[in-house]
Amino acid sequence: MSRQEIRLAGYGGQGIVLAGQLLGKAAAIYDGKEAVFTQSYGPEARGGASSADVVISDGPADYPLVSRPDFLVAMFQEAYERYRPEMVPGGLLVIDSDLVKPLPDEGPYRAVPATRLAEGLGKKIVANMVMLGFFTAVSGLVRREAVEAALRSSLAPRLLDLNLRAFGTGYDYSASDAPPHPTLSPAGGEEKGEGAPGVRGKAA
Amino acid sequence: MKGEPAVLTGQHFLLGDHACAEGALAAGCRFFGGYPITPSTEVAEWLARRLPEVGGIFVQMEDELASMAAIVGASVAGARAMTATSGPGFSLMMENLGLAAMMEVPCVVVNVQRGGPSTGLPTLVGQADVMQARWGSHGDYEIVAYSPASPQECFDLTVKAFNTADHFRIPVLVMADEVVAHMMERVTIPPAEAIPRVERKRPRQGPGGNGFLPFKADDDLIPPMVHAGEGYRIHFTGLTHDERGYPAITAPAHDRLVRRLVDKVRQKAWEIVEYEEYRLEDVSVVIIAYGSTARSARRAVGLAREQGIAAGLLRPITLWPFPGERVKKLAERVRAFVVPELNLGQISREVERFTSLPVLGVNHAGGAMMPPEPILEAIREVAG
Repeated sequence: MSRQEIRLAGYGGQGIVLAGQLLGKAAAIYDGKEAVFTQSYGPEARGGASSADVVISDGPADYPLVSRPDFLVAMFQEAYERYRPEMVPGGLLVIDSDLVKPLPDEGPYRAVPATRLAEGLGKKIVANMVMLGFFTAVSGLVRREAVEAALRSSLAPRLLDLNLRAFGTGYDYSASDAPPHPTLSPAGGEEKGEGAPGVRGKAA
Repeated sequence: MKGEPAVLTGQHFLLGDHACAEGALAAGCRFFGGYPITPSTEVAEWLARRLPEVGGIFVQMEDELASMAAIVGASVAGARAMTATSGPGFSLMMENLGLAAMMEVPCVVVNVQRGGPSTGLPTLVGQADVMQARWGSHGDYEIVAYSPASPQECFDLTVKAFNTADHFRIPVLVMADEVVAHMMERVTIPPAEAIPRVERKRPRQGPGGNGFLPFKADDDLIPPMVHAGEGYRIHFTGLTHDERGYPAITAPAHDRLVRRLVDKVRQKAWEIVEYEEYRLEDVSVVIIAYGSTARSARRAVGLAREQGIAAGLLRPITLWPFPGERVKKLAERVRAFVVPELNLGQISREVERFTSLPVLGVNHAGGAMMPPEPILEAIREVAG
């Protein structure tokens, strides 16, 4: 892994930026890698598109910006449509299966109902941590323990338990036999990740 | 008020702006007077929380003129003092920056560059304040300006800025840019005892005696610094003054004073100058780039080398004094210089003063980080 570009995208308020910061921190502080976090910076306080970029590399990350993401995490339809064309061919797309409906010609991707799982934990706002857990598992970029350490050193103690549970829920979902979401029921297509249950094939 | 210690020893994943703030605290800065302005706001925001934790004072002033005046006053009272601003605020600070230079009051100004002139691009990057940093206040004076290219350097160079300021009794600038200020990277903060600390030179004689001359310089052209309230008879003025600190409005007094103010820095410029060299062995094309643009340039060096072009990077860490002697030396064995910067040609003019070789600027007025591609194109052009 020389240099990997990750873009997390959603709408303001979903915690996209925090998820990106924790991913970068996990890589740079707890996993022996180099990482740079940047975000597009506009005058809006909330709402609208939000994205967070992380570059993870083994050596010094000279150019800090993401130009062609190797990984795209989309938690919002508009974010998917806006950033999908910029992904490198063969990159890994990860979506919130309730909030993003991939185009019919989309290749293999991984999906998790992050927001729904977060609601199941009692707090919709931890959808970002569910997604971070899922992404950590399916991307293999950073060790689970490293991301959990980043959570522990960044979050207020009273929030930690819920966020760690959300992270674990997302992480474990990647290995679960959770059935595909009915509205996105895929059929056929090549699989990425050697038949892991969360993998979606090309939509029919 | 309980909180974290002044020196946050350890590894952190920090925003460039926050790293500047932590650098200030680690250096012993205990006064911040400022007026928040994007993209420097996070410096003020961070220090507003942190300074009270370590017994320091944070004051949000009414504007940038007052902010600069406040840190000059705090420094005269003995504190290590800083402000942080961006473009329009930096312009407003120019008058009192000159006052600090004239009164020889050490202080640190962080300017996080955004697109200008005027209000310009509040949230987007620029590098067009480089000449303003050198010449922005009226009159002759020397300035030291550091250019961080990473959050780690935001920390390190802010520490260094305080030491340089105190050593020479001058205002020192940390000329960050929006990209560096708003990126997060690992920042390693050393143990408190490992933070370099240069103290202000203080008078050898106590207060009370007759004939004490507070502006009488030693051989290094730097007068020991007296603080307000220590009992010395001391008069600080922006007027041309003599060794007593009293106004002396004559041609000889002015030439003597201003020449000393300039020479105390100029004669030690070689000690202050800092730069980083990247792949300059066997080089034929040298890129000279600073701040965030240096990171694109580093990438461009790699791309050029892949295409068989012997390119390398000279990254000034001090913009002022400029590493001109190094440029002169390199010019003896290379073909050309390429100077990418987010302005329409500022440091390229400085490079031209030290070489007769071709100097190709790669310029954009700002608003987005310089990508590596146009730098690579320029390298190819001059490599022939």
